[in-house]
Amino acid sequence: MNNLLEVNELTKQYSQGNVLARVTLTAVDGVTFYIKPAEIFTLAGESGCGKTTTAKVVLGFEEATSGTILHNGKPQSPKEKVWITEGVQAIFQDPFSTFNPLRTVDQYFFETVQNHLLAVKKPQAIELIDQKLRLVGLTYQEFAGKYPNEFSGGQLQRISIARALLTNPSLLIADEPVSMVDASLRMSIVNLFKKLRDTLGVSILYITHDLATAYYVSDRIAIMFRGNIVEMGTVEQVLMNPRHPYSKLLRDSIPQADPAKRWTDTVTLSELEEEEYLRQGCKFAGRCPNVMEICKGVVPADLNVDGVLVKCHLYSSESEN
Amino acid sequence: MTGKKQTILRTEQLKAFYLLEMHGTQKIVKAVNDVDLTIYENEIYGIAGESGCGKTTLLKALFNDFVPPLRLMSGKIYYRIDWEKEIDVTKMSPQEMRQLRMEYISYIPQGSMSALNPVLKLKETYKDFIGSHLGDQSREEIFELAHKQILALGLPKNILELYPHQLSGGMRQRVTIALASLLKPRIMIGDEPTTALDVVVQRGVIQMLKTIQENFRNTIILVTHDMGVHANIADRIGIMYAGKIVEEGTTEQIFGNPLHPYTQFLINSLPKFGDKEVRHSVPGSPPSLADLPAGCPFHPRCPHAMEICTQQMPGFSYPDENHRVACWLIGEGKYEQSA
Repeated sequence: MNNLLEVNELTKQYSQGNVLARVTLTAVDGVTFYIKPAEIFTLAGESGCGKTTTAKVVLGFEEATSGTILHNGKPQSPKEKVWITEGVQAIFQDPFSTFNPLRTVDQYFFETVQNHLLAVKKPQAIELIDQKLRLVGLTYQEFAGKYPNEFSGGQLQRISIARALLTNPSLLIADEPVSMVDASLRMSIVNLFKKLRDTLGVSILYITHDLATAYYVSDRIAIMFRGNIVEMGTVEQVLMNPRHPYSKLLRDSIPQADPAKRWTDTVTLSELEEEEYLRQGCKFAGRCPNVMEICKGVVPADLNVDGVLVKCHLYSSESEN
Repeated sequence: MTGKKQTILRTEQLKAFYLLEMHGTQKIVKAVNDVDLTIYENEIYGIAGESGCGKTTLLKALFNDFVPPLRLMSGKIYYRIDWEKEIDVTKMSPQEMRQLRMEYISYIPQGSMSALNPVLKLKETYKDFIGSHLGDQSREEIFELAHKQILALGLPKNILELYPHQLSGGMRQRVTIALASLLKPRIMIGDEPTTALDVVVQRGVIQMLKTIQENFRNTIILVTHDMGVHANIADRIGIMYAGKIVEEGTTEQIFGNPLHPYTQFLINSLPKFGDKEVRHSVPGSPPSLADLPAGCPFHPRCPHAMEICTQQMPGFSYPDENHRVACWLIGEGKYEQSA
């Protein structure tokens, strides 16, 4: 089966500072991954690891410094932005700032219908909108003419998913879609993603720092750290048996809803993001519990360990054998 | 749970409402509705619930910070100051309350972005803070105190020379916690201090709160909707729904034997590793606090709702020591009242 989205050696650099002291930060550093049709792929990591930048480049909001992005085998170029809006739709983090508080929510839907010429007459448009809203558990009647403040955060997030579905996209890019939603309502959004994948065959690029929902919902996962993918594979392999020390740290830091599983050991936090970005060698070397001399000078290669991509010197001897 | 515990903060039938007037019609938002709380010395008390259930308002009330439209309708708030007898703080003058703030009871705000002055270096913020509470001290003394505390809490030394925007979110949050604990208050109130932080940073902040509590042996009241955080840090937990405490117990009781259907939903909706079983959210959405349903406010969302639930709010049952729950399923009076 062909891959729906292919991202090859994607790099995005930002420069900071003035003429005399210019610092170039590589926010995304040679990221390569693919998404198959009807698959939920998670990009996980802490803030400042480059996951949102990756999403922005894939959506065409930012231009890549180098690298290619193929959607259904076609390259992304500024002139062909149509696939970006028709084939790929985005869902953002904060449902309250997605919608203008002074406009009714249904205006956004009619606008999308108009922009993409999805329907010619209003009754047709309403029927289409109602059909998409029902997919997320709402109806046109309970939503028409209302302002964003009349909905809860979870409802608004479901509304923005319905709007994204209007153009029948093959890929949804969801950037931290549940981090602003109450823990008790998160599952309704996450279950919705599963349903969309299973019934409509939509693929989802799920960007999150919440590994618990990532485990629950996704098929494959990539853990990002300071611009690099440090571990990539199926969720079972990566989260049940993490190999990279950073994946282990991330996994162990999720608070478990079980008072018997409290943390006992202490954790070292990063001092400054910029320092880690500019670090030579492995970027995690400053905090890694298994740090070796080689880690401080040489960037580890992408190694294949039992079908999982791991970017760590600890495994370099294993894969040679 | 051994030995006699001293209360440090107690409320009696506390009611705090927002009175809003819009176009001549009055709207009453019942954010804290008849809350009886007893919080002890040397414990971490967690308050859990969804957004819009009145958690933050309860904290404001406990901090005795009533700014219109928020009004104290009835009820009392007692602090036990210096292990003496209890004092009703609702009768205190603003000056007396000012004396207590940050020295006896301190507040860790949620948005650490806006809590620190963006145009001042952190050392100036420290100077303002220490100067207004400890009176005139020399520059050297102030910085020595600030330095000592920063090192003790494991923050980088050069942090005092930086502006807030130069720090990451987690670092800023730890600085606000450091400020809130500087005068060794007996009670610290945290309003979602770890929400909007990354998991690893969240773990660091929780670790810091625990360290502070162990060193000072004081009380921390922590509000968050993340049950995982509660399981990790709290000694006792109160579950809040629509302005009321609906269940309260030790962390072991709440997670081991949740009795209220709402508590069960909160705990069971969390995904776990190694378990891909389908999980469901709490059905429906929280009620508007300005227009509460009659009877038990949870009945429209409750799968076990009965006739009586739509008519009358249940009182507390005491199924176990330290454990109380307000639900008709458990049955009022079925258990002997132990307190």
